[in-house]
Parts: sequence; structure tokens; C-alpha cells
Amino acid sequence: MLGPQSPFVMYDEEYKRINAAIEKLLRESNSKSIFLVDKNGQLIAGVGETDNLDTTSLASLTAGNIAATGGLAQLIGEKEFSILFHEGEKDNLHISIVAGRVILLVIFDQRSSLGLVRLRVKKGSEELAVIFEDLAKKGEQQAGTGPESPFAEITDDDIDNLFR
Amino acid sequence: MSFINYASREINCKIVYYGPGLCGKTTNLQFVYQKTAPEAKGKMISLATETERTLFFDFLPLALGEIRGFKTRFHLYTVPGQVFYDASRKLILKGVDGVVFVADSQEERLDANIESMENLKDNLEEQGYQLENLPFVVQYNKRDLPNTTPVEELRDLLNPREVPDFEACATTGQGVFETLKAVAKLILIDLKKGGR
Repeated sequence: MLGPQSPFVMYDEEYKRINAAIEKLLRESNSKSIFLVDKNGQLIAGVGETDNLDTTSLASLTAGNIAATGGLAQLIGEKEFSILFHEGEKDNLHISIVAGRVILLVIFDQRSSLGLVRLRVKKGSEELAVIFEDLAKKGEQQAGTGPESPFAEITDDDIDNLFR
Repeated sequence: MSFINYASREINCKIVYYGPGLCGKTTNLQFVYQKTAPEAKGKMISLATETERTLFFDFLPLALGEIRGFKTRFHLYTVPGQVFYDASRKLILKGVDGVVFVADSQEERLDANIESMENLKDNLEEQGYQLENLPFVVQYNKRDLPNTTPVEELRDLLNPREVPDFEACATTGQGVFETLKAVAKLILIDLKKGGR
């Protein structure tokens, strides 16, 4: 499990698996685009029609939405609300939590339906949960070894250069 | 909790601006937004009331450049400062990598600063953090106003550990980038040490 203070690390192999899983979900659910966001608002992956979207803002607001709803849930004695649905005139948002740690955001229009999206998301979430479990294990294994970190050897100059 | 993506070679870090109501947290972000090159920034989002008081948060994504081939991005958030928005403040602290405390230097806000600092410590502890272990800087804002508390006194009260601190006037931008650079630098040094 990812601790609250350890960095969340994504590796190539899992990134490819995650993308394949959400590509499949995109096809099967007939949706427009799908995003995975971590609970802190950082975008992990996105597929489908993503070009005209401000994906950074989308990720941050989705996480804010989940956080606020989670706060509401606790107030009434629920652990969390695992699914949120926002209905628009053309496009709709289906937001759910995968494996208790990442947020799955599906954008769909009249070419799909809430029922289909719910059904496919449920199945797709199980697949994604396995990948995130593997990722967490890998992170733990590599945490002690060290040489993987690109930051171990950064110098003060590297940092200063960022602010030129 | 920073997010290191080896697949897209990116690092994302979260910085939260904390402080009492009307101390200038949003103004800090607005100045950074105005003075940053368009290619380095995303859209600034403000979830505010009709009277422009922050309701949930302000959000500004910044891309600073590359370190060792990794794109370095900072996500800047502010919390709502008003006392009764405490539930929202807690949510925004989740996953924080570095904190900027913006103090209001005006004499009549001294108590509000101290209360907000205590609130920050409490809320961090609730999330399993200790302020002492987090990258943390303090900004004494509104130094341009006539009725300010001397910096030495503010430092005694708000910054006993003597973390990096800065005098600022966020409306003109004085001290704004110095503050941001200092906290970003502390975060990167923290990452270098291999996480907390």
C-alpha cells in the first residue's frame, strides 16, 4: 500500500499496462475519453478525445470533487461514495475510485449510456486494481535500493537552473 | 506525495499556500500566474465566492523545466483562509509536498496568524504529517502597509525553527518568487534525500 508520505512512482511497464486497460475500457464502454487521476490531483493517464481538454485542470478538479464528496461521506458515517455521476446536456461524467487509491474518470455522450459505463467500469476497475497492486509492490521493493532515483545525484546547480 | 512518472519522465509536486483569511494567498498565485511565460503555466483555477473569497481552492500548475531529463512540474494550491472552512482546508493538505505559510503583517491580524499556524499543525498531524519534517517556508506579507508588526516579532511567534522566511508585498510581487523558489528548492532537496 502506498503510504501517505512516500512518492508515487510510475514505471514504463505498468504505464503501458494501464494504458492498454483504459483503451480497452474506452472501446467497450463506447465513451469519449477516460482519465486516471491520483487522489492528489495529478494526472496518471488519459485516452480517447483528449486534445481539446485542459487535462491538468480536469485532474485537479476531479480530485477536489472526490475529496469534497469523501468529506461529505464521512460526515454522514459512510466510508466513501464510490461512484459520482454528473449529467450534462451532451456530455456526462462518471467518476469512480479504483482500488481505494486512484480516480477513474469516464466522459461519455449519447453514443453510450450510464448503465453500460457502470457495467464496464466495474469490470475494468478490477483489472486496474491488479496493476496498481503490482505497482505498489514494485515501489516498495525498489524503495530500499536507491540507484533508481533520478534525484540522488542532483546538484544545487541543477536546482538553481530551474529558476533562471 | 510527489508523483514520479518514469514512463513520461515527469515529476509532479504539490505546494500549498496556507494562512489566515485575506492574508494574500490568492494574490501570491495571481502574481506568479501573471509573471510566468505562457508555455510554462497552465490555467489558473479559482473556486471562489461571488465576493472573490476562496471557497475551496485556487490551483495553478507550473512547469519549471528539466532536471536530469525529468520535466519538473509544481502544482500550487491555496486553501480557503476563513476559519469556518476548516473541513475544506484539511482536504487540500492531502498529499502535500511543501507548505508556504503566508502571514498578514498587520498588527490587528497577529492573533489570526497564530491561530492559522496552530490550525496548520493540527490539520497536518491529522493527515499523518509533522510540519517539522515537511519543506516549509514563511512569508510576511503586506510589508507595505503602515501598521505592521516588526519582522523580528513575527519571526519569534511564527517561525521559531527559523525556516527560510521572506518579507513580501504580494500585490506588487515583492518577495513572491523568492518564497516560491525557496519552497521548491526544499522540496527538490527532500526528493534528493530519497523521500520522507
